[in-house]
Amino acid sequence: MVIFKNVTKTFGRHAVISDMNLEISRGQLAVLIGPSGCGKTTTLKLINRLQDLTSGNIFVDGKDISETNPVELRRSIGYVIQQIGLFPNMTIEQNIEVVPRLLKYPKEKCHERTRELLDMVGMEPSKYLGRYPFELSGGQQQRIGVLRALATSPPLMLMDEPFGALDPITRDSLQDEIKKLQKSLGITIVFVTHDMDEAIKLADVIILMKDGKIVQKAPPEELLANPANGFVREFTGKKRIKANYDLDLVHEIMNPSVVVVTKEKGFAGSLDLMRKRNVDSLVVIDDAGHLEGVITVEALLGAAKRKRIGTIGEVELLKVPTIDQYAQARDAFSIIIEKKLPFLLVVDNNNRLKGIVTKTSVVKALASIVWKDENNE
Amino acid sequence: MAELVHRITAHLLISVTGVAFAAAVGIIIGILLTYAEKLASLVMGAIEVLQTIPSLAMLSILLIFFGLGNTTAIMAIFFYSLLPIVRNTYTGIQSVEPFLIEAGRGMGMNTLQVLLKVQIPNAVPVIVSGLRISLITAYGIVTIAVLVGGGGLGRYVYRGTQTQDMGMLLTGAIPISLMAFLTDLLLNKLEGLLNRRVRTANTPEN
Repeated sequence: MVIFKNVTKTFGRHAVISDMNLEISRGQLAVLIGPSGCGKTTTLKLINRLQDLTSGNIFVDGKDISETNPVELRRSIGYVIQQIGLFPNMTIEQNIEVVPRLLKYPKEKCHERTRELLDMVGMEPSKYLGRYPFELSGGQQQRIGVLRALATSPPLMLMDEPFGALDPITRDSLQDEIKKLQKSLGITIVFVTHDMDEAIKLADVIILMKDGKIVQKAPPEELLANPANGFVREFTGKKRIKANYDLDLVHEIMNPSVVVVTKEKGFAGSLDLMRKRNVDSLVVIDDAGHLEGVITVEALLGAAKRKRIGTIGEVELLKVPTIDQYAQARDAFSIIIEKKLPFLLVVDNNNRLKGIVTKTSVVKALASIVWKDENNE
Repeated sequence: MAELVHRITAHLLISVTGVAFAAAVGIIIGILLTYAEKLASLVMGAIEVLQTIPSLAMLSILLIFFGLGNTTAIMAIFFYSLLPIVRNTYTGIQSVEPFLIEAGRGMGMNTLQVLLKVQIPNAVPVIVSGLRISLITAYGIVTIAVLVGGGGLGRYVYRGTQTQDMGMLLTGAIPISLMAFLTDLLLNKLEGLLNRRVRTANTPEN
């Protein structure tokens, strides 16, 4: 998707990027990271020609960008900056529609797309379309900043420390969202950060830079497991140990075998299943594996007292909290503990059931940390 | 009473015409100067000289070219308004956050689009502030312009001082002060409104 060939960029006599070769494949989230002044932001800006290179070639989608019109090139690439840069004089709708309108897309199409985008991040369109940026929180503003970059569904998006100015909780949820969006839309993202946690969480591949050169390019696990040299080891720091815990994400600690039934399951059969598997509730899914709800033994028996029950589809199902499979494991734990839940169901972004996190999972995961910790030290 | 209303309207009309004229020229000069920063201080220095000419002197000089009547008053207002308008347009555009400009460029706006969609709209509060100063100054100039045959409330003030008629003098002076006060209040409010939007959006506080 993005290829750098012997790229050099100098400011005056000072080389900011020297002889860089880099290839970022389609559909990847590549994170550029390094100490300040390492040239990561310059590298990013070379891609949409906000900076022009001194020598070498950059190819985006197979085309040499030096042969493209910079204005047209930028319209075809999503761009998100740290300061968000929503235009204060425009409403949320107008902000999201900046690039579509520059490209002269028909109005109705723009409006439709804007509503779709807001729905995608769970922001009620009717509530937000007419607002101005100052009426939104920082987190909401950056959500809009991301949507604005996605408005024309560009295959490539550049993000320059997009979450750097946000508080940790907002940052965390936006990181989850961007990862989800990237996977579901299949877009390529080049992401600049100086935060190793963020890089490890988001990256398919991390490109660690120093003094205008790439020190190591590798998937996060490999970077942590096999640092190329002392600099990489020092930069990744304590994260190296943390990675060994292997419990960063929910899907890594959940129990994938859940006792499930479909709505067609009979009354007696369900009770029988509960008894056999020694559980007091069943998770109901449809044929495609989408989560429908939960039915407890009390609800089942209670309903049976009132009327004859053929299949469990006739009983009202309980809605329960769920968590995304790529969410942080510690978030799952805190939900279970704070809301005093017996369990938390894990789903993918299509609400398909993936597994279950119980208090036992919490204990097991914590035990593995303690146990591994001793091994490491 | 009808005469008073007529004079108030005339006073306002002459002031607004002069300021509007200055705005049309001044905003364009201000914008152009942001592309020629070396020229900016020179041009603004020249305009500043105009500002230092006492209003009576300015009116007499203009009288030579434009004769007796409102045209001379309008021209005087034009020259006095030029500085606040040019300066505020220039600084307004200069002070638009660089990251907004970068966001615009990064999304594929060309230079003209960045100017029209980002820089000018976000400089509006500062430009409005320049118009406010100009307009209030203009009320004072129109008052004196009665000496060069201008209309407006200046007639009452002039007649009042000539005949030592305090009532007559106040008939002119009070509406002028009220107009200045209201203009200041309204435009300040407008500025605040526009500013709130611009400023808060630039500093997300989560």
